[in-house]
Amino acid sequence: MDNKTEYQRDLQSYLIGFALSLALTGFAFWIMLGTTLSSGKTMTIIGVLAIVQLIVQMRFFLHIDRSKQKREDLDLILFSTLVLLIIVFGTVWIMGNLSTRMHMAI
Amino acid sequence: MSMQRSFRHPGLNLIDTPDKHLAKNETLIFGFWVFLMSDLIIFGLMFAVYITTIDAQAGGPGPKQLFDFTSLAIQTLLLLTSSLTVGMASLALKYNPTSGKLVMWLLVTLGLGFGFLTFEMRDFIDIAAKGGVPTRSGYLSAFYGLVLLHGLHVALGCLWLIVILVQIRVFGLINVVTMRVVRFALFWHFLDLIWIGIFSIVFFGGWTFG
Repeated sequence: MDNKTEYQRDLQSYLIGFALSLALTGFAFWIMLGTTLSSGKTMTIIGVLAIVQLIVQMRFFLHIDRSKQKREDLDLILFSTLVLLIIVFGTVWIMGNLSTRMHMAI
Repeated sequence: MSMQRSFRHPGLNLIDTPDKHLAKNETLIFGFWVFLMSDLIIFGLMFAVYITTIDAQAGGPGPKQLFDFTSLAIQTLLLLTSSLTVGMASLALKYNPTSGKLVMWLLVTLGLGFGFLTFEMRDFIDIAAKGGVPTRSGYLSAFYGLVLLHGLHVALGCLWLIVILVQIRVFGLINVVTMRVVRFALFWHFLDLIWIGIFSIVFFGGWTFG
């Protein structure tokens, strides 16, 4: 009995995650292809949708949440994300700056 | 429940299953997650290179000439659905490992993985036919490097899944094989996470700013 309800909870988690991911993906494709917003607005919305979908999939597919017993994997993800952001934003910043100073911006 | 529950790994934990022998491998799976996070850094570097080379098209074909959004939507749908089916396989492993459901869902996942690869290969053949080869420009080198790095992960994932299916057939669901299924599920979910970045940044971002 207890086993049954836990099964249903786990099943629900995957199905909710799938439905939300599908909706977020569909919305991102619609923003890209179905609207005529400016470049900046389009990419801002798509960026937000991507981040929300990343969180949705981590929450519902990988079952990473903020409960006490799962601290370690959340710590690891947050640290990896920090390293990732430093690498990506650092590279884009420095290379973009270099490109401007060398008058290579097209 | 008396069991120590302080240490868990990402993905569906088997610690609550009636089969208590499955519960002792938590650190093993956590170690695999550490590997995936370092893999994430590699992908991050490739994304950074892609973003910085977006203007380095050297007069060659760019996103507007090369991208096919219909195929992109199909690939996205196939990979997202396969992330769900590998979740269904994880559920079967946790609650009903002796039924045929586990193998069935793994086979569905494999089929979706092959479907994804088929569309991706078709796209790249098409792109190359339009003159978009990796040696044409810095931008195209970065594009091939990043998207095919993901494709290579999917292809190796499919190979891994075939090996696991053979092992289930030959050895049955012994502990070692079970842990491989759990790790494979993590790997596969991770590939879908990367794909969100690829369609948002590489394809949509490339189209918008390229």
